[in-house]
This record gives sequence, structure tokens and C-alpha cells, in this order.
Amino acid sequence: MVAWPCPGPGGVTDELAIAFDASRAARLLIVPPLFEEMNRTRRMLVETMRRLDRLGIDSFLPDLPGCNESTQRFEAQSLYSWRAAMAQAAKHFGATHALAMRGGALVFPVALPGWVLEPVKGATILRQMVRARTIAAREAGWSEDSAELLEAGRTEGLELAGYHVGAAMIAGLESARPEDEGQREIRQSDLGGGALWLRSEPGESAEQADALARLIADGIDA
Amino acid sequence: MTDLAAQDTDTTLRAILRDVLGLSAERAAALESDTGLFGAMPELDSMAVAGLLTEMEDRFDIVIDDDEVDGEMLETYGNLLAFAADKRAAATGA
Repeated sequence: MVAWPCPGPGGVTDELAIAFDASRAARLLIVPPLFEEMNRTRRMLVETMRRLDRLGIDSFLPDLPGCNESTQRFEAQSLYSWRAAMAQAAKHFGATHALAMRGGALVFPVALPGWVLEPVKGATILRQMVRARTIAAREAGWSEDSAELLEAGRTEGLELAGYHVGAAMIAGLESARPEDEGQREIRQSDLGGGALWLRSEPGESAEQADALARLIADGIDA
Repeated sequence: MTDLAAQDTDTTLRAILRDVLGLSAERAAALESDTGLFGAMPELDSMAVAGLLTEMEDRFDIVIDDDEVDGEMLETYGNLLAFAADKRAAATGA
């Protein structure tokens, strides 16, 4: 774990990143999926980093501000603040390439060459979290309406999947589409097996980490 | 719905449950009509159900409304399969 200075709504703070850094020429910034999918895929991403290290590639997995060890308030975050943070992390670590996974494709530094892994629209992420909330409400014996929740969320923010998601984040997610400027798209079928971000309990797959590390190493050599 | 389409819905639904719940191929193949889902499988919490429904929408090319999601639909594998088959039939006009 290493610290890096990150701009935020409350000024510059130290954020943490998992780093495999041996000052090598190829330096990969990994932008993780957002929200719950981040937790579900963390082990797989760290396993991929270990393999990249053995293949001679440095890699960095920064915390998104407000997540994991971050001291910033989650509620104050937006896609804009995450985009600024990831751009700063890329600069700080001297990244030469980027890998963005799922919702990470909404906030990664698009100027870096690299890969997007199963990118997803912001609206899809939001819909799924709102749906989880309405299902939990029904289970608890009351009823909530998705459209009404979103309407309120746009002005007041919303409690979703254990996160207090601010109004700016909701607005950003509603319209955000994965960006890429020629980064290669990796599909789950390229890695084999079932998608780990779908898994209700965090899982790992040595085969998938092998396949992902190999794809990246081959791409950097090419 | 033809037998072939019904078979395909069954296979795809098992694959989705396998991915969402991390079931082994054997456990996914062993799901029966009356196998309990929501409330019976601890892994299937509200977050997992939301993921399951989103994945069903994606792979079956259907839209599932809030008010279609109830305890009965999610109670057993058979109920969920019947729901998916109906939605697919409605979506393709079959």
C-alpha cells in the first residue's frame, strides 16, 4: 500500500493505492468497478496485479475517494471528483497504460492507452442499486417506487447499497456512458468463466486473473 | 413457446444463477422446479436479486418492472423460470 495526494471537495488528502512498483517502463493504472462491484472484484484485480508483476509490469490500484481506506466523505463524491482523482493518480504514479473495469470506464483517464473490461453505463449501475433498495423495502414490508426514489435522489441524494450517494453522483450516473478513445475492449468471454462482479459473495479465479494479465502483457509488448 | 425456446430459457436461467450465486455446474444442473430461491438461499439477498434481474433483462432482452417483482416470482426456480418464459414469449410476440 502506498499513499498518493488526491484533490477532493475538501482539499488535498492522502489516498491509498495497492502498488507493485519496481520503477519499470510499463506502468498500469487500474480503475476498479464502482460501488459493490468494487468489493466483488478486488481479489481478482489484486491477483492480476501479482501476475503482471511477474510479467515485468508495474501496476497501481488506487482507492476511489470515499471508498475503502479513504478519509474523504463518500456523500461528497461525484463522477467528476472520481475522474479528477484518477487523472491525478495516473500523473502521480507515472502511468503509461490504464485498465478500467465495468463502471471504472466512466471515470478513467481516457488519454492513456489500454483496456476497458466489460464497460457499463451509469444508468445501469444506478438502476440496479435502486432495484436492490426497492426489493429490500418490500422484504421489510413496505413499498418504495423506483421513479419516486430517483426523483428525490436528484435533489437530496439517496441511501443505496449501504452508500450515501449524493445528488451530484446520481445526476452523473444517470447520463454517464463508458468513454473510450481507442482503448481495447475486453469481454468476459475473453477471460472465460462466470463474471466475478455478478457474484453475490466475493470470489476469485486464478484462470481469469491469468487470462487478464496475459492479455495486458501481450498488448503492452505489441 | 416452442420446446427449443423453453429449453434455451431453462439453460440460460441456470447459467445466470450459476454466475450470480457462484454455484457449481452440478448444483446449477440440480435445480428443480420446487427448489427454493429467495429466502431459501442465503446468498440471494436483495443486492443479489437486483443483479439477477438485471442480468435476466440483459441476456433475455426483456424489461422487468418494479411491480412484477414479488415474493412468489422469486420463491422457487420453477416460478422464476415460468416468469422468464412468459416475458420472453411476450417480448417476441410468440
